[in-house]
Amino acid sequence: MNSSRLQSRAGAPIDRRSFLKVVSAAGAGLTLGIFANESVAQTGGPGKSTAVAADAPEFSPNAFVRIKPDNTVTVLVKHVEMGQGTYTGLPTLVAEELGAAWSQVRVEGAPCDEKLYNNLSWGPMQGTGGSTAMANSFDQYRQAGAAARAMIVAAAAQKWNTPPESIHVKDGVVTHASGKKATLGELADAAAKMPVPQDVKLKDAGDYLYIGKAFARPDSKAKATGTATFTQDVKLPGMLTAVVAHPPRFGAAVKSFKAESVQNIPGIRYVVEVPNGVAIVATNFWSAKKGRDALAIEWDDTGALKGSSADILAEYKRLAAMPGKVARNDGDAAKAIAGAAKTIDATFEFPYLAHAAMEPMNCVVHLTAERCDVWNGEQFQTIDQGAVAKVVGLPRQQVFLHQIFAGGSFGRRANPQSDYLVEAASIAKALGAMGKGGAPIKLVWTREDDMKAGYFRPAYLHVMKAGLDASGNVVGWQHRIVGQSILTGTPLEAMLVKEGVDATSIEGAATLPYAIPNLMVDLHSPKIGVPVQWWRSVGSSHNGYATEAFIDELAVAAGRDPVAFRAGLLSSRPQHLSALTLAAAKAGWGTPLAPGKAGDKRARGVAVHESFNSAVAQVAEVTVTGDNKFTVDRVVCAVNCGLAVNPDVVKAQMEGGIGFGLSAALYGAITIKDGAVEQSNFHDYPVLRINEMPVIEVFIVPSTDKPTGVGEPGVPPIAPAVANALAAATGKRLRKLPLSLT
Amino acid sequence: MPILFVNKERVDVSANVPTDTPLLWILRDSLNLTGTKYGCGMALCGACTVHIEGQPVRSCQTALSAIKQGADITTIEGLRTREGTAIQAAWQKLDVPQCGYCQSGQIMSAAALLARKKRPTDADIDAAMGGNICRCATYVRIRAAIKEASRNLA
Repeated sequence: MNSSRLQSRAGAPIDRRSFLKVVSAAGAGLTLGIFANESVAQTGGPGKSTAVAADAPEFSPNAFVRIKPDNTVTVLVKHVEMGQGTYTGLPTLVAEELGAAWSQVRVEGAPCDEKLYNNLSWGPMQGTGGSTAMANSFDQYRQAGAAARAMIVAAAAQKWNTPPESIHVKDGVVTHASGKKATLGELADAAAKMPVPQDVKLKDAGDYLYIGKAFARPDSKAKATGTATFTQDVKLPGMLTAVVAHPPRFGAAVKSFKAESVQNIPGIRYVVEVPNGVAIVATNFWSAKKGRDALAIEWDDTGALKGSSADILAEYKRLAAMPGKVARNDGDAAKAIAGAAKTIDATFEFPYLAHAAMEPMNCVVHLTAERCDVWNGEQFQTIDQGAVAKVVGLPRQQVFLHQIFAGGSFGRRANPQSDYLVEAASIAKALGAMGKGGAPIKLVWTREDDMKAGYFRPAYLHVMKAGLDASGNVVGWQHRIVGQSILTGTPLEAMLVKEGVDATSIEGAATLPYAIPNLMVDLHSPKIGVPVQWWRSVGSSHNGYATEAFIDELAVAAGRDPVAFRAGLLSSRPQHLSALTLAAAKAGWGTPLAPGKAGDKRARGVAVHESFNSAVAQVAEVTVTGDNKFTVDRVVCAVNCGLAVNPDVVKAQMEGGIGFGLSAALYGAITIKDGAVEQSNFHDYPVLRINEMPVIEVFIVPSTDKPTGVGEPGVPPIAPAVANALAAATGKRLRKLPLSLT
Repeated sequence: MPILFVNKERVDVSANVPTDTPLLWILRDSLNLTGTKYGCGMALCGACTVHIEGQPVRSCQTALSAIKQGADITTIEGLRTREGTAIQAAWQKLDVPQCGYCQSGQIMSAAALLARKKRPTDADIDAAMGGNICRCATYVRIRAAIKEASRNLA
């Protein structure tokens, strides 16, 4: 769910009726039931939590806020916290409008219920992705806080027999001019009896106390003390651990296996075939893994992927010679280029990429006759609930998803096929069919499983051609993209694949912001048996590179400064321009760089790209040494993401996005050989480490526009900014990722 | 029967635990000390870092058989040293964690670094922390927080 098409709704005002419906639906009694004695509670965490009866006294004015007599304010966050800061941002909105003190705010993951917790940028569907968490919640969570405040105030007014207008709420204290005071908790019971307001007035931006300030993250303490609960840490009574042997080649199947080959390993309970392999189920991880490694399996490669990355590239090149499905067509690009004074061609190659989140994929499934409970860093509730229900044969409503922290995701845990959840559910189902069901099953993928099983950012080939007139103006631009469709064949195809064009393949290319009169973008989406999926910034992860590296080439070919050249083509795109101008100014663009050591070459490069409605510009400074190695020394980043609800979280996402993008730029490559992935762990799929992390300075363009995405938009500009800097230093244009001068 | 001291508490590891079991899984599955994380199983990412006799060690590649009898093991749950406390405070002050999964390992490596070197240089930080991967790339703040903790200890 990461397409820019969907994004366009993010800033739309919330439908008033849907809000009121949410409020009244919440009155029907929404219950979760487990609260931990920490600032971040997680539903269904292991043993540390205390169950609270669903009917414990509390004030639940709507599906997002609970105020209890103990004076805690719990905000139910409908999005998964995977690092991006949504457990900070959304509660900030509630606290702002409610008038709560930050110290009394608790955070809890919302249950699965797309009626209550719909992602308003997508809908009707609950889930996290496309950097929509803040954008789609900005009105909704403020309204939730304001509604709660109105009911608190009404309760106080009745109790003190005063008009509500004379009552104020600040820092969690309700006060009247007469000196009467009460806490939110003291008024919670009375507030619960007040009518739900039909309309609430939100604060004017000038009155914000919290929004726009750098608030401390409520999850930092748990994450700095080892007490944060991830799926990997869930422990339930009688729980068993499953490790699965997957076929080495994509599309292969189990022919036979010898369960007796592992039955002497202590701890192993069951060996069971599932649709994509054989599961070894044991009392602990180490036994299960030893069993998996020892299990003798014969695979049936009849339907397996054949060939290698080179074969896939050859097929891409064959397709690139032919016109594809048109994604954008302004004017007549071919004619304009044919008549141009100067033409420039470039072909870019992008490899498959793994997400390689620090927490390898996993989940816990507890299946009984009546219900199925799932503990997961749950990113795609509606789709996952349906997929699990289908496997286990229960109605959707009987599948309960417990949303807990995700140890990273970068898109991986929002899998349109619900792959690892289906796998875990299949194990539970298969054990049940053997009469061995009932125990909670924790499915654990090893790092190798995570690296080899997919899903991957697709490999792409881009073929680009442009023409300049005698004055250096761009008169035509042709951009052909070849790569697997992420969404064809998934439940999201109908929504996001239109006339053969997958929106996630072309975003960032078909949306090229530069004023070019003749522009053509077309697409080939070959079907290849490598499982693919979105990867942080989705289409912009490759389109951002191709467009920003190519525009840089055009600037140089036109004899123009790369920043001025871009700015000249962005005069009608103020968001892009604001980020580009700020980054260039803060980076000292146009001033000399400090020289490096003798023999070193140093240079700057720039890139600007919009994704998820936020524009980000980055200026990278590189040093190229005599042996053609290079370092990225400093990155200056400017972001225009509308109102920055929490500037420090925005900065953190830019820093992290730059590091994530740089990791792929320097190293990222999953390659296929004879139908199987060649890489297996961090030794052959290296990622960025601290010694390679540049100095980063982040600047936020001041804005009063509604918030737009920040989780992903920091990623796309860094690779082209680095490549453009390397070109400035060496004259060499790098058109194949990962980047290498040697 | 192997005896360990984990966070100052005596642990008699059952004879049923195979001696090739990595310390990581003894901590996580047997002792329910889940702050120490599994990330790669090959000592490549550092998420499983604990201290054995004060030294940072990758517990995923430390088999029970390789640990000497009575060894003193510290995990994130038992980190009480002056340096460790300063590191944890700095981590919170600068809001270092994003997803947080790697941070126990980062903190154990950083605490060991400060115990060894009170005023680490950037090169010292690179050397000591280079084995700890963070896919959220919180490295800018990790570096800043180590320096913050170092200043606070001075």
